[in-house]
Amino acid sequence: MALTDVAPIVTARLRHPDSHTLERYLATGGYAGLRRALRMEPEQVAEEVNAASLLGRGGAGFPAGRKWSMLRKAPVRYLVVNGDESEPATFKDHLLIERDPHGIIEGTLIAAYANQVAQAFIYVRGEFALGLERMQTALNEAYENGAVGRDIFGSGFSVDIVVHPGAGAYICGEETALLESLEGKRGFPRIKPPYFPAAIGLYGEPTIVNNTETMANLPWIIQHGGHAFAALGEGSSTGTRLFALSGHVRRPGNYELEMAKTTFRDLIFAPVLGGGIRGGRQLKAFIPGGASAPWFGPDKVDLPLDQDAVGKAGSMLGSGSVIVMDDQTCVVRAAWRIVRFFYRESCGQCTPCREGSGWVEKVVRRIEEGSGREEDLDLLLDMCDNISPGLSWPPQQTTICVLGPSIPSSIVWAIRMFRDEFLVHIKEGACPYG
Amino acid sequence: MARLSAETMAQARELMSLYPDSRSALVPICHLAQAEEGWLSPEAMEEIAELMGLAPAEVLGTASFYEMLRTEPVGRYMVSVCTNIACLLNGAYELVEHAEERLGISVGATTPDSMFSLEEAECIADCDRAPCLQVNHRFFGSVSDERFDNLVEDLASGRLEHDVPPHGVLCRVRRQGGLAVPAEQVRAERAEADRAREERAAAAQAEKS
Ligand SMILES: Cc1cc2nc3c(=O)[nH]c(=O)nc-3n(C[C@H](O)[C@H](O)[C@H](O)COP(=O)(O)O)c2cc1C
Ligand code: SF4
Ligand code: FES
Repeated sequence: MALTDVAPIVTARLRHPDSHTLERYLATGGYAGLRRALRMEPEQVAEEVNAASLLGRGGAGFPAGRKWSMLRKAPVRYLVVNGDESEPATFKDHLLIERDPHGIIEGTLIAAYANQVAQAFIYVRGEFALGLERMQTALNEAYENGAVGRDIFGSGFSVDIVVHPGAGAYICGEETALLESLEGKRGFPRIKPPYFPAAIGLYGEPTIVNNTETMANLPWIIQHGGHAFAALGEGSSTGTRLFALSGHVRRPGNYELEMAKTTFRDLIFAPVLGGGIRGGRQLKAFIPGGASAPWFGPDKVDLPLDQDAVGKAGSMLGSGSVIVMDDQTCVVRAAWRIVRFFYRESCGQCTPCREGSGWVEKVVRRIEEGSGREEDLDLLLDMCDNISPGLSWPPQQTTICVLGPSIPSSIVWAIRMFRDEFLVHIKEGACPYG
Repeated sequence: MARLSAETMAQARELMSLYPDSRSALVPICHLAQAEEGWLSPEAMEEIAELMGLAPAEVLGTASFYEMLRTEPVGRYMVSVCTNIACLLNGAYELVEHAEERLGISVGATTPDSMFSLEEAECIADCDRAPCLQVNHRFFGSVSDERFDNLVEDLASGRLEHDVPPHGVLCRVRRQGGLAVPAEQVRAERAEADRAREERAAAAQAEKS
């Protein structure tokens, strides 16, 4: 099997318990990518990243090189690293922030040099107290080591990095909300257009926003070349990627796998990966890319972990988190909990999102608690259709950001796949699984 | 009137100097202020407003948006049990029930001795150790009922003093190092470097043709 053939890229040094220290980082080849990058022209560095076709690891999967090229001619620019990870069941950036902060800093410095940015920010989710301490410690070490600050490694290039703590708000992971938050305001997403960060970003200036894991790949890409990275994976899904596996599997955890070479079946069932469903039970359903993604049934388990393949099959690889539900799972309750999350985290700017999420949550809760009516199912689909017309994938958007159209995913697909189970709840007034 | 300590004020000024626009330091400064009393009192917010040249309502407006910034007092230990999808599938609500029983309070409340507060949290990105929780944003994973009881005892007896500082204390590592020159100077130098690079590229182009 192609599961373990490929050497890991972003988790390479995590087998060392002290992987977060500068000492271990340097002993395992740390900052060599940055030194190499500084000997190249910035355009060449960007070209390597382009050649790697590195897709952003934050959820939308936009090629990093292409994003950067939009900024080539702009005057003042900022680089913002998105470490706000709060998509339910996603826990890969958390791992990297705590266990390899220098890797993120080195990647950030490479991106800053490639784009000639003098000021970068690493926005770390506020709840990551240990992560914030590790990141700030690593940054202090990096300053002392001459890797960041004035004239880094004697290259003539100067750059400053600030570690910025969030304070608990899922929506601040959305890039324009993140910029508002970084400006000291409430985390309200901005309207795109015109507020594409690359055009009008932080303080109104052109800004690059990239995910933490996206940054963590850069040292390897510069060391080994963009083509070596692109040689891994298949088609547009290049390199390796961290997959966060959770739910009813024997071995939940983060697994770094070559893109597109592994299937969901491998991830969930292979003994060295998920190890199969716990307690000898069967697979009922899984969510392939974070709580915002439409659900898949066991019939989709042989799909590869490939962005395009999953997209064509009607869902998304999203944040790379896979949630597994066994045959004893109450899907009504599972779908309810996901909708409740969006209801709690809606920023409230758009009516379909603010009101819609609340109504959908109420009706699903009613069914879950045993006082639902048969008409509720059509009512739910109708309400969801108001939030995202057509209930198709990719979804139609009537709101400022895509949190809105994420609300229907769990409900609509749960009803489509398990209508019978919803009806049992309604008719018997109770859950068949107790 | 509660007053923020001189130390906190000095750190707050340092934070303001890090950003092109000092307002960006508002949330980090709220965290600092919260570390003093465990929450953001109206007096603390007023003082932050004064320091930053903002209206008190602007400080409250921002602070009230964020879950972690508390505009009402909470216990010394805020126990946040995740009940989101991966934890739900692994018994999170049963753990919440147990927590309510053990602490003798329901979700949203604080014990009479102000030692513990209990809340339901959204996914805290520790899903492979579900069900999991945070105490003052320090992680505890794979929490059984028994482990929960032990944790509560350890906290109450002060055995976890270092691992779990009182509510509000977030990052205990201070920033050291920095650019040491104003960002404008760096930008001017960069413009010069840009020009030099363009000249090099033009020269290379000319050589080719
Ligand atoms: C509601 C919402 C939440 C998001 N949360 C995150 C997040 O926690 N981390 C992240 O990197 N991107 C998140 N994103 C995606 C960002 O908007 C942005 O696309 C990403 O940070 C870009 O980085 P990348 O190109 O490297 O993937 C979120 C988007 C939405 C709509
Ligand atoms: S879709 Fe929801 S979260 Fe996004 S801006 Fe509108 S109200 Fe806010
Ligand atoms: S769902 Fe509980 S930590 Fe992620």
